[in-house]
Amino acid sequence: MRLTDEERAMADGAKSRAAARAMELLIRYGEALGAERLVEVTNVAGTWSVANPIVRDYAARGMDAVFSEFNLDSPEVVETPQAAVTACQLIGGLDARRPEALGVAAEVAALNEAGERYFAARGIAMHATCTPYQVGHVPLFGEHCAWMESSAVVYANAVLGARTNTEGRESTGAASVTRRIPYWGLHIPENRAATHLVRVEIPLSGMRDWGLFGYWLGGQIEDEICALDGIAQRPRPIDLKHFGAAAASSGGLEMYHIPGVTPEAPDLAAAFRGRRPRGTLRFGAAERRAAWQALNGRCTGEEVDFVMLGCPHNALEQVQLVARLLEGRRIRDGVALWVFTPRALGEVAERTGIADIIRAAGGELLSDTCPAISRIVPKGVRRAATDSAKQAHYLPAITGVETLFGSVEACVQAALTGRFAEAAP
Amino acid sequence: MILRGRRMYGGVVEGEALVTRERISGWGGMDPRSGTIIEIGHELRGVSFAGRILVFPAAKGSSAWSHYFHLARLAGKAPAGLLVGRVCTRSALGAAVLKVPALTDFDRDPVEAIRTGDRLRVDADAGIVEILGR
Repeated sequence: MRLTDEERAMADGAKSRAAARAMELLIRYGEALGAERLVEVTNVAGTWSVANPIVRDYAARGMDAVFSEFNLDSPEVVETPQAAVTACQLIGGLDARRPEALGVAAEVAALNEAGERYFAARGIAMHATCTPYQVGHVPLFGEHCAWMESSAVVYANAVLGARTNTEGRESTGAASVTRRIPYWGLHIPENRAATHLVRVEIPLSGMRDWGLFGYWLGGQIEDEICALDGIAQRPRPIDLKHFGAAAASSGGLEMYHIPGVTPEAPDLAAAFRGRRPRGTLRFGAAERRAAWQALNGRCTGEEVDFVMLGCPHNALEQVQLVARLLEGRRIRDGVALWVFTPRALGEVAERTGIADIIRAAGGELLSDTCPAISRIVPKGVRRAATDSAKQAHYLPAITGVETLFGSVEACVQAALTGRFAEAAP
Repeated sequence: MILRGRRMYGGVVEGEALVTRERISGWGGMDPRSGTIIEIGHELRGVSFAGRILVFPAAKGSSAWSHYFHLARLAGKAPAGLLVGRVCTRSALGAAVLKVPALTDFDRDPVEAIRTGDRLRVDADAGIVEILGR
């Protein structure tokens, strides 16, 4: 790889041991990709979690040992420097404020807090959410970034027009101290053009439809870039949050265009940058039904004892909707309702009575994690309902719980009655 | 038989091939403590890649791909080599972190040419995979 003078100096240790080790990793990584050079990044979203199993064992040797091994892939323990970019913590394995609600041991919660404080002091914004773009960690149009979290990566590229590949823990760690990442993939403008046309032949209304559309689309493509044509009703940010998360879990969607909605596609021709589509797909009622079947077809019944909302983490308007649906009612005995939102938005909900409504109905408002990441579901649970196609995709494999996917209204109803009663679309 | 590819990570290794036509997930798709594929519906579900040369079309899924293979390396359950049909950031970072001989961009599809159980010699520095026997 070609390095600039500054990059060569960093590799030689002129900046810090951490930067030298980070450059080593970035060069190994760039060569594996076949990249010719690095690019300067100014925004990083990664993970500095120390409380996960296996990682925890390294924390006994100190936070720098965790950072060196897991964020730099460095066999040498180096001092963690101040972050050289705007950087934030993504979702982790427990709710730092309410570890007991998830049954997390006190010593694990204490270790997590020590890690948060250590890395916060070194410049990492501890947003602890899979949706940093909902709480102020928002790159500009065209900004080169290094982000983890597949649902956030597709949102950053498609909706915000920032430029990032799907990075990992080691590469975001290295980027946080060097401001560099391999110039490859979606950093290169020509690679951001649509390759496939998707004709949407039914109106998409609400998050259920957007989730089903995303789940279906991800199953059709690998990492092709689609232009979505025929979207009659303007989507909301929360619709696109759901859509991208679903498509990134069933496939590998990292970028898409909606002409007239997303910033790199004022019209269909712009989405393709003047090239012809390599293929055309259509999404109609049959495809929507197939996605529903793929998510719900394996379930052996409709009785549920767990309802999970907020994957990706809910916007405040979604938390408020759940509260409105629950107000003055009680969820059924033996059913657990967990609602997830970023900690910054949870604070707003706590201070404005929204959280009280959810708790009065028997539910929990949680942050920082989700059942798939924490691998924690309420004790003895056998079947869950969720409004998230992503969570429905991962939960059965990770926790062994059967999962039904549906609208938020149907999920709240299931929490109240113990029965999931939504018909297939 | 010989395949030629591009080096992702250097080194030479001999070992047994484990081949899949399906893409491989890290987080949510495998257990790093045992090096076993756990993804529901995956043709390798329940099979361990530890110590074998993993031959697969591409990586997929969560951005914690490299982190999970990193954990497998620390648990002593890493694959002995990687032969990847189509490179992406997940598999490239995975190869950089696993530090085992790894190749991609082959002159023919390794998933078609190689069978599970084949004895392979991978010379990643020379960009060559030799099938020694099956």
